[in-house]
Amino acid sequence: MGRKLDPTVKVKRGPGRKARKQKGAETELSKFLVDDDGPKKLSSRSRKRAIKRAQVTKEPKQEEKSKKGFSDENSKWLKPTQRKRKIEQSEEDEDSDSQWEEEDDDDEEGFGKKEMEEEEDDDDEDMVDDYGADEGDEQDSDGEELLPIERAARKQKKQIRKKPGSDDDEDEEEEDDDDEEDEKDDLKEDEEEEEDTVQANFDETETFKLPAAADRAKEGLLQMDLQTIHQRIRDNVDVLSHFSEKREEGKERSEYLSLLRSDLCTYYSYNEFLISKLMDIFPVSELIDFLEANEIQRPVTIRTNTLKTRRRDLAQALINRGVNLDPLGKWSKVGLVIYDSSVPIGATPEYLSGQYMLQGASSFLPVMALSPQEGESVLDMSAAPGGKTTYMAQLMRNTGMIVANDANADRLKSVVGNIHRLGVTNAVICNYDGRQFPKVMGGFDRVLLDAPCSGTGVISKDPGVKTGKDEADVLRSAHLQKELILSAIDSVNADSPTGGYLVYCTCSIMVEENEWVVDYALKKRNVKLVPTGLDFGKEGFIRFKERRFHPSLKLSRRFYPHSQNMDGFFVAKLKKLSNTIPTAPRETEDEVESTKTETAASSEQIQKPESKQQKPASTPEKSNMGKKQKLKPEKSETPIITKKAGVKSENKKSDGPKKAKIAKLDGETSKKSAKPNKKQKVKELNGDSTKEVVIEKKKGSQFEKNNKTKRKNLLKKNKNRMGKNKFKKLKNMVGQ
Amino acid sequence: MRPLTDEETKTMFEKLSKYIGENIRLLIDRPDGTYCFRLHNDRVYYMSERILKLATNISRDKLVSVGTCFGKFTKTQKFRLHITALDFLAPYAKFKVWVKPGSEQSFLYGNHIMKSGLGRITENTAQYQGVVVYSMADVPLGFGVAAKTTQECRMVDPMSIVVFHQADIGEYIRSEDTLT
Repeated sequence: MGRKLDPTVKVKRGPGRKARKQKGAETELSKFLVDDDGPKKLSSRSRKRAIKRAQVTKEPKQEEKSKKGFSDENSKWLKPTQRKRKIEQSEEDEDSDSQWEEEDDDDEEGFGKKEMEEEEDDDDEDMVDDYGADEGDEQDSDGEELLPIERAARKQKKQIRKKPGSDDDEDEEEEDDDDEEDEKDDLKEDEEEEEDTVQANFDETETFKLPAAADRAKEGLLQMDLQTIHQRIRDNVDVLSHFSEKREEGKERSEYLSLLRSDLCTYYSYNEFLISKLMDIFPVSELIDFLEANEIQRPVTIRTNTLKTRRRDLAQALINRGVNLDPLGKWSKVGLVIYDSSVPIGATPEYLSGQYMLQGASSFLPVMALSPQEGESVLDMSAAPGGKTTYMAQLMRNTGMIVANDANADRLKSVVGNIHRLGVTNAVICNYDGRQFPKVMGGFDRVLLDAPCSGTGVISKDPGVKTGKDEADVLRSAHLQKELILSAIDSVNADSPTGGYLVYCTCSIMVEENEWVVDYALKKRNVKLVPTGLDFGKEGFIRFKERRFHPSLKLSRRFYPHSQNMDGFFVAKLKKLSNTIPTAPRETEDEVESTKTETAASSEQIQKPESKQQKPASTPEKSNMGKKQKLKPEKSETPIITKKAGVKSENKKSDGPKKAKIAKLDGETSKKSAKPNKKQKVKELNGDSTKEVVIEKKKGSQFEKNNKTKRKNLLKKNKNRMGKNKFKKLKNMVGQ
Repeated sequence: MRPLTDEETKTMFEKLSKYIGENIRLLIDRPDGTYCFRLHNDRVYYMSERILKLATNISRDKLVSVGTCFGKFTKTQKFRLHITALDFLAPYAKFKVWVKPGSEQSFLYGNHIMKSGLGRITENTAQYQGVVVYSMADVPLGFGVAAKTTQECRMVDPMSIVVFHQADIGEYIRSEDTLT
């Protein structure tokens, strides 16, 4: 048994064999280190010693200070060179800035050492401009020639100090030349950067001055540095945000705006066209955020391939490889955002085995909006590089079928690669121009159209867009998109039991490519907008500059890099209401709106008799309306008399046929009485078929929609394709 | 797109059976429908009959790919299996080889597997037998041909090749273009 250790007996251990060495180190160190620990119980002697120690440290400082004046006895006749230099500087300053002449002198001599101290401290602050803030440097600077930055800094310090008195000076300055103004602006700007406390006062008194036109022309020749431009942009935006308070007298808002426009073009390297467009879309303060966001990359995001793995397992595997990641957000169950990674994220064995796909966060959205169901047939009209196609396949669990089409054969290779890598088996890949589509194949349950666009939402990925796009590009894109969306609509089968949806999306923020195209589709085809199911993002525009869009455009969504931290995107989900194509040209927007506007449960009844009266007088055109009349009895609705006035106000045109058309619409759309009609149906005037054609922009409820489709189906069962002799067939149907 | 001729079918099935043996019929008769092989531009595609019907609407020159590509026939009518068939062959593979994490990368770059990188190998692997290569996490990495029988693998020195590389998933990046 060993010796028992008795804790109660404290054996005092003296210094061991090695103790001396250790102690020695401590004692040596303690010579250098000042013991700053808290209140140590000091005897009187140690207290005296501490005081002495403190004095000793102070003295060197004092010595430094007095260095400037040497020791006290010698200060009168022995002056350090720096001091002279300071005086010289101040003299120089006086020469350049007449206002501060006398004040400088006073300060210089009156402040003396204190000034030195201040300036030393200020030098420290100056050193923020990438000069090391060392005591050593400071001393050097004092002992030797001052660097130009320090001279300028000192000068500015004085200016700041004079600030209270300088307001008057500023007023005087207003009468000075513009050149000086700019200079002073610069100086003031630098001062602002330096001291925040001064900044607060500054903003209240400083007014942003628009340089005169002549001066701006000069700027074109001078290289204005970006710092100045940036400051000017900031000031300008500030003025524009509080225009009534901060504006200069006599200067119009447009002048500020034009200055801002040219500054933004210079600073962010955009062309005039794009900046003007962006200024139309965003308010000025948001515009700056947007432009700033375009300068930096969006975070890298990946999408888990649920056909092969789960997000949790994938995250674990990637973390084991050294990837720093997080789930993308509440709105996605399959997205992961990669913060940083020690391995190339596009080449991990997990990537190669198809467990995930590199995809931008904004690309998740159209597929989530479309939400293809298992067993459906889906068309992806512009599929390359295949991210959305594979996402749809995973949502459909490899059932049904997907047709992935792209007009560009080279980019199709990536689609093939991705489809095979991710294990998608239900896809057919083809290389058509999207506009050919309904001819090749039609009757899809859902269609996704990610239209080729100008790319103004993905400037962070492709800075060439900043300068490369102009009016013609945007209009050309818009034209192509309009054709494509019509083809897409025609490829959807409106009678699909589970679908009948089209999602139109672009990676652009231009209204010409987004809302305008969707509005065009609403006019040209029997479709309506439905909620996308995405609960975040900004609503689409209903009006923009001189254009007015259908109110249901509010259901579309816009996403921006600066607010949602994903690429700029636009998503709109459309439901096709009928397979027929309205061939009647919509002559005016008013007319269209009138047919589209909601009607309270029919004023049709009141209009019915009118239309019936019109019927006998009907021209061949109106014969269809007659048909419509006849069809009405088929519906076992009880007519509801509603405000005639209401409807009439909605119907802007009171032309006979149109009125009747509207009446038809009302009649046909009236559902069970209580519900307000939201939809109107328009019978084909030229009717290739007498299927009910429903034009809709609306917020129909699901229930009503189902009713409609039911009714449509009923009718369709009754009539097969109607030939030219519609009257007869209708008569037969009515006779049933 | 046309069905395979008898010879083509025979050649292809021979190749496939090197890897999955007689499980080929499992590829054709699946519980979720009948699947078939079709030839298009010298490539063999494996698809369900539903997709087949849809694909017949597309004209020959515009059709790029249908279902899954298994491989292609060379000019001399030999069948070359592509990595894209891995997902279908891996579950039915008869002989498997597991590769150590250190040599995983090397195999993914297209190199053969050496004894030092060999983790596990199925018993009774014959020489020149088609094998499917897995990582230690049971992720299929590609195809190979066994250079040595299992017995020989045990005895041979660490630097000798035990599995010849045929196809690996790294090809998705290395040779994306040849997929179509």
